[in-house]
Amino acid sequence: MNGYLASLEAESVEIIREAVALSDKPVMMYSIGKDSSVMLHLARKAFWPAVPPLPLLHIDTTWKFREMISFRDRISAETGIKLLVHTNQQRLAQGVNPFTYDSERYTTMMKTEALRQALDAWGFDIILAGARRDEEKSRAKERIFSFRSAGHRWDPKIQRPELWNLYNARIHPGETIRVFPLSNWTEADVWQYLAEENIPIVQLYFAAARPVVRRSGQWIMVDDDRFPLNPGETPEMRVVRFRTLGCYPLTAAMESTASTVSEIAREVQTAKNSERQGRLIDFDQVASMERKKQEGYF
Amino acid sequence: MRDALHFVTCGSVDDGKSTLIGRLLWESKQIFEDQLSALAKDSTRYGTQGEAMDLALLVDGLQAEREQGITIDVAYRFFTTQRRRFVVADTPGHEQYTRNMATGASTSDLAVLVADASKGLQSQSYRHARIVAMLGIRHLVMAVNKMDLVNWDETVFDEITREFRQGVSGLGFGSFQAIPVSALHGDNITQGSSAAPWYTGPSLLTCLEEIDVNCSAAELGFRMPVQWVNRPSQDFRGYCGRVASGQVKVGDRVRIVPGGTESKVRSIVAWKEERLTALAGDSITICLEEKIDVTRGNVIASASDPAQLSDQFEATLLCLSQHHLFAGRSYIFNLHTCQAVATITAIKYQVDVRLGTRLATRSFGLNDIGVVNLSLDRPVPFEAYNRCRRLGSFILVDRLENQTVGAGMIDFALRRAANTHWQASEINKSARARQKLQKPVCLWLTGLPGSGKSTIANLLEKRMFAAGRHTYVLDGDNVRHGLNRDLGFSQADRVENIRRVTEVSRLLVDAGLVVIVAFISPYRAERETARSHFEAGEFLEIFVDTPLDECERRDPKGLYAKARRGELINFTGIDSEYQSPMSPEVRLDTVAHSAEECVDRILLALEQSSLHVLQRNEEQNDRS
Repeated sequence: MNGYLASLEAESVEIIREAVALSDKPVMMYSIGKDSSVMLHLARKAFWPAVPPLPLLHIDTTWKFREMISFRDRISAETGIKLLVHTNQQRLAQGVNPFTYDSERYTTMMKTEALRQALDAWGFDIILAGARRDEEKSRAKERIFSFRSAGHRWDPKIQRPELWNLYNARIHPGETIRVFPLSNWTEADVWQYLAEENIPIVQLYFAAARPVVRRSGQWIMVDDDRFPLNPGETPEMRVVRFRTLGCYPLTAAMESTASTVSEIAREVQTAKNSERQGRLIDFDQVASMERKKQEGYF
Repeated sequence: MRDALHFVTCGSVDDGKSTLIGRLLWESKQIFEDQLSALAKDSTRYGTQGEAMDLALLVDGLQAEREQGITIDVAYRFFTTQRRRFVVADTPGHEQYTRNMATGASTSDLAVLVADASKGLQSQSYRHARIVAMLGIRHLVMAVNKMDLVNWDETVFDEITREFRQGVSGLGFGSFQAIPVSALHGDNITQGSSAAPWYTGPSLLTCLEEIDVNCSAAELGFRMPVQWVNRPSQDFRGYCGRVASGQVKVGDRVRIVPGGTESKVRSIVAWKEERLTALAGDSITICLEEKIDVTRGNVIASASDPAQLSDQFEATLLCLSQHHLFAGRSYIFNLHTCQAVATITAIKYQVDVRLGTRLATRSFGLNDIGVVNLSLDRPVPFEAYNRCRRLGSFILVDRLENQTVGAGMIDFALRRAANTHWQASEINKSARARQKLQKPVCLWLTGLPGSGKSTIANLLEKRMFAAGRHTYVLDGDNVRHGLNRDLGFSQADRVENIRRVTEVSRLLVDAGLVVIVAFISPYRAERETARSHFEAGEFLEIFVDTPLDECERRDPKGLYAKARRGELINFTGIDSEYQSPMSPEVRLDTVAHSAEECVDRILLALEQSSLHVLQRNEEQNDRS
């Protein structure tokens, strides 16, 4: 492994061990994406030969790609790490979905609200997540150990100073700390690491012929028959892949023929757009990520 | 490719730091098209450059920052060129955000200080240079920005460079490079500039690509703070941590600090395979030959050159909190993986960060830097900060609010720690208590002036004395006539006042007495510290809860009247704060109850508390 990746790995392993050592009840968010895959791999390294002493938590909106769910269950079984899944059942019963609700309200209810419910119900005090500082402007301002007041709110104006590798995880009951072990990784680092460590990821990242429709200038995959097609609209088969993974109706595919991790790594290095471009939820308004984060989103 | 360069940008507000970073990202092609279209949108809305792109908006990520056109918090950016990888901490210039600047500097090896050619050097420029020097940064690059505004005048550049070089000459920078630039137009950022033919040095990017920041100081032997003990089964016991210095090989003899036990490295476990050796910066798991007791916070060190151990230090401290740091107050102390309670025993001096001179002070406010003595409740493994950042840096955390209030660097251990030992006397506290047929306890009465503390304390002592108890009352006014006659009523003096009384009451409890303390003791932090000096059940906080208007109505000594007339300053309740207890053992309502009834309640609470302690002791005995 090259020197830079090795030092990123060593730093992340240190952060994961600190988080677990300082926590009474830690949990690791698992979104099934490439960053989650890297974080899980690092956690396994951090505690090897033991199984990581914390469960994974997946917030299932019920609108994830089918391949993601089967991949999730396989990884949990293979690694022996406990998997918790939570869905916002009230909103599901109300019929909340990504088609008739706008993406902002849908995300608030099925992701942010669901996440808060799960964290409260299980009472986790330290929550590890795979967000990176290079993803988005407000994330660049995030601490590695990020304090959340009761109610899971992030206040960017009163973040705890974080010097050296010293993390203040002291909290009062009801407060939590979110920990981001991949803070200093870039998208290119993630791909390079996935390649070097031979880490399994969902096939959706690799180019293949998939049924898609054109919506607002983006390719959206028709993953199941819940997708309401417009009159006259028929899915066409195109060779596409996904740069990030989320809810399938809100995640745009890109035309690409990259079908191995190293081909993707090369593609990422010459990319013209940022990876979050495929995330329809980020364009709701200026500083929308900052606002979502304040409400408790990652 | 070379190792990554971690650098921090600093300088006064509006000197153009964010624009400079934006320009570096832009010129090194790190901006994606969708980010660019967002930038175009933001520029029209929040930009300060008219119709042109405002590159600062690329890095000012928070809504509040864009609205105010300033940087509030440190932002981390990553970019790569053909020759090197960079991690940039972009930090705010406003004085009130100096702590964020220190945060960015703490993980950097080089600082880029931005100065505004059109305005000249600001006091913030010197302030930042001194802070980065204190944090151990040895390489400084000064970008003299906005050269276009002074028509690329060489004399302006020379004057600023000369003045600055003089100002920072004593700070110990190993290298210093000044570069004339225009971040707005891109001159001398990644390439040379035709606007300044007189400048023959490197562009900013070339300078950053080429500089060697590896320190030449002789490295310490192997040290690894233990983060986690990994015990998945009976036959595996590994110590996890990140190597702070030196290297370790299988078969090396190591010593555990503290404790001093020695053993040999049996194996170094990484992912699924074993390694023969590990270096500083590696995260590893070590297994030892012998089964010995090692816990989180211990340091595994080379046996021939082990880590130092001490419980008293001289340290350089930066105050990160709006609440002042005082001598006498205690804080949670985090050093590598180790946690202790530290008391600031003396504030030696404050550093004037503009001039570098020493100032006398009793406390540190937000962004103040100075030198203090610290005393810990137990010895911890450490190294001086200038020898090893990882083993010499610490933070102080407020015990009640949990905020990070200070960041410090250990200068050296104080000799007294090694040379004085607590004298263990053969007649101990329980022997003295048995002789007096009582359980020693500290009854701590707190409340506003005139709330009735002294009255209740005296009555309480009479009742206990009559019942055959051995008692002593420490009264605020009385102690100020003797032991504490040198102290006034400033916040710093009040902290010291309570610290001394805490120590005296602890000695008296050790002597087997029932101690009744009647002090205003206005601050939660000191009352919590006092509590922490006693064993469980030995300290009862009693809140004499009389409302301010009632105290003022009673005014037994006429002090409220004086304070209202302005003849007394720093009077608790009037112009000095009283922090009510959150969860006292006893709360006395002196309006609804007489002093006698209040004493009854204290005696009842005391009885229940000793029963409680007895029961707990019995439960513990049952378990063991």
